[in-house]
Amino acid sequence: MSETAIKPRIEEIPLKEQLAQKLPVLLVPVLAAVGLIAIGNPASWLTLTVAGLAMGMMIFIMASGLTVVFGLMDVINFGHGAFVAVGAFVGFTVLAWLAGWTASPSVFMNLSAVLIAILAAMLVTGLLGLAFERVIVMPVYGEHLKQILVTMGGLIVAQQMIYVVWGPDELHMSRPEALQGSLVIGEAAIEKYRLVAVGIGLALFIGMRHILKNTKIGLLVRAGVENGEMVEALGYRIRRLFLIVFMTGSALAGLGGVMWGLYQETITAHMGSEIMVLVFIVVIIGGLGSVEGCFIGAMLVGLLANYTAFLAPKVALISTIALMVVVLMWRPQGLYPVVKAK
Amino acid sequence: MLTRLLSGDTPRSGLLTALLLIVLISLAFAPFLFPGTKSLETAARICIFIVLVASYDLLLGYAGIVSFAHTMFFGIGAYGTALALSTTGPNYGSLIWGTAAGAGVAALFALAIGLFSLRVKAIFFAMVTLAVASAFAVLVSQMSWLTGGEDGLNYKIPRELTPAFKLIKAKVFDVSINGKILAYYLVFFAAAILFLVMLRIVNSPFGRTLKAVRDNAFRAEAIGYRVVWYRTTATVLSAVMAALAGSLLAIWLRYTGPATTLSMEIMIDILLMVVIGGMGTLYGAVLGATLFILAQTYLQNLMGVAAEATSAVPVFSTLVAPERWLLWLGVLFILSIYFFPTGIVGRLRAGRA
Repeated sequence: MSETAIKPRIEEIPLKEQLAQKLPVLLVPVLAAVGLIAIGNPASWLTLTVAGLAMGMMIFIMASGLTVVFGLMDVINFGHGAFVAVGAFVGFTVLAWLAGWTASPSVFMNLSAVLIAILAAMLVTGLLGLAFERVIVMPVYGEHLKQILVTMGGLIVAQQMIYVVWGPDELHMSRPEALQGSLVIGEAAIEKYRLVAVGIGLALFIGMRHILKNTKIGLLVRAGVENGEMVEALGYRIRRLFLIVFMTGSALAGLGGVMWGLYQETITAHMGSEIMVLVFIVVIIGGLGSVEGCFIGAMLVGLLANYTAFLAPKVALISTIALMVVVLMWRPQGLYPVVKAK
Repeated sequence: MLTRLLSGDTPRSGLLTALLLIVLISLAFAPFLFPGTKSLETAARICIFIVLVASYDLLLGYAGIVSFAHTMFFGIGAYGTALALSTTGPNYGSLIWGTAAGAGVAALFALAIGLFSLRVKAIFFAMVTLAVASAFAVLVSQMSWLTGGEDGLNYKIPRELTPAFKLIKAKVFDVSINGKILAYYLVFFAAAILFLVMLRIVNSPFGRTLKAVRDNAFRAEAIGYRVVWYRTTATVLSAVMAALAGSLLAIWLRYTGPATTLSMEIMIDILLMVVIGGMGTLYGAVLGATLFILAQTYLQNLMGVAAEATSAVPVFSTLVAPERWLLWLGVLFILSIYFFPTGIVGRLRAGRA
């Protein structure tokens, strides 16, 4: 070996670009500040902000799986909403079995009932994801048009199967004792359940970031997003990796479904396709394939939806579309575009 | 002459020609062949949906763009006509300007969405249109001062098109020639003309370029075609056609509401009709729409009978219940995408070759 080994020269990114990369993060506090000015009353602002963050976290949980699946394998799953609905129905069924636990005043019993319901829902939707990937998505890799159509077909079939299994009526369920009611801080009333939702969402986001940045499987996923062929050439089975990611994404959709169901306390077979609209907006705003972008997008959508629902209820859904338009005018590929080496 | 009328795009298969002729003749003489209100309703629905589905095929089959906003344009057309008729009274002037206004607004919307989101991937467009269309549906149901909200709009149409008007005293083949029959023929001929116009569009040089863009956008761009321009034009054309179909529906039903025009169910129905009939050929739209609507109207009764007969078998009877017919269509839809991506028409044409 000669003394003058070739060292890779990593150019440092100029400060300006570094700042530009961080810029979208600032959008969330800016939006919150604008909301405070527009609403005027700090107490109702706090209530709305927590509600917005909780809604954002739940949307993030559902959207994260979708965006990673797209990033890794260029597959967009229009049937993702079916997992949300199935998760909610399974979760509610389990909670109904554990009615004794949820009605008891003990916080521990309540939370473990919810935990069991969540685990059951995630297990079922994860397995459903496996079946979905093998049967519906696998034959149409690389063909976007067919993917959209086939996954839409999967959504129709899954929704109809929910009708077959659980009947055509919507289900109602009140939250367990410990998660009902709200905390009063000053003049602001904050629902306990929303705090729990924010907690779960944050934990999930941090865990996901940790896995993606610090573990080998995360490294492979990120490498796969960047350049799948190269990962295969290095001897990793990207298909298997993809299957794991797909199942995880489906399980997360199930988790999101249970949480959303407990939030609304009413679930229907169509809830999935209704939420998917918000999920798609979030995924587009964040940049297809980006987890961080998805997180920021979810927070923005959640906050904006709650502020506008308070200020001008009629335009609540339009406001999120407007947000999407504004973001895309600024960054046509979303907040954090995932650069493809393909 | 006939070939010229069909813009040189003949069915190219004996069986297909026969099927199309059956559809054409049945629709042209529907009031006399199948007397009765229900069958006339079905025939008019088929005419309108042929236009709607063909306009969607223009986008999906010829341009390779998946849009979920097609019902939005359909709804814009319907509401345009409905609003004009309910605000300025039942005369032909308001009928025409309402229809024109609906088509114009639909074209503007399509242009905006197209320029905005067609530069990037197909998936992106699909997601954006899904979001925009559902927001539009919510907006329409909330602006009840203008659109009647969830209840929709009831209005009068010109008197000559209502059952109260008698064209001639005598009955023709036991059918009294009233305004309803006239309205049906208005729908039928308008649908036929619109269909022939679309056939003209897809067989023009423009249509051929569109196919080139669909098959290989990169190459089309390299040859020198502005891909974005072609895709956007296709979106606008298909939106205008959908809006006109919406106006026909508004005239026929004398009612316009979110459930008949804007709902996601209709979007899914259109998707099923295009894929089952055959993507990339307008004749597919004819067969797809006809079969689907016939099945929707009559097959459900049959499934009801099947559910009765199998009521002893617990799971099976719920599977064949008439409300679950979309389940089977969904399965058929997935299977047809895998095994017959060209649909019924593609099968028939391949069988001849």
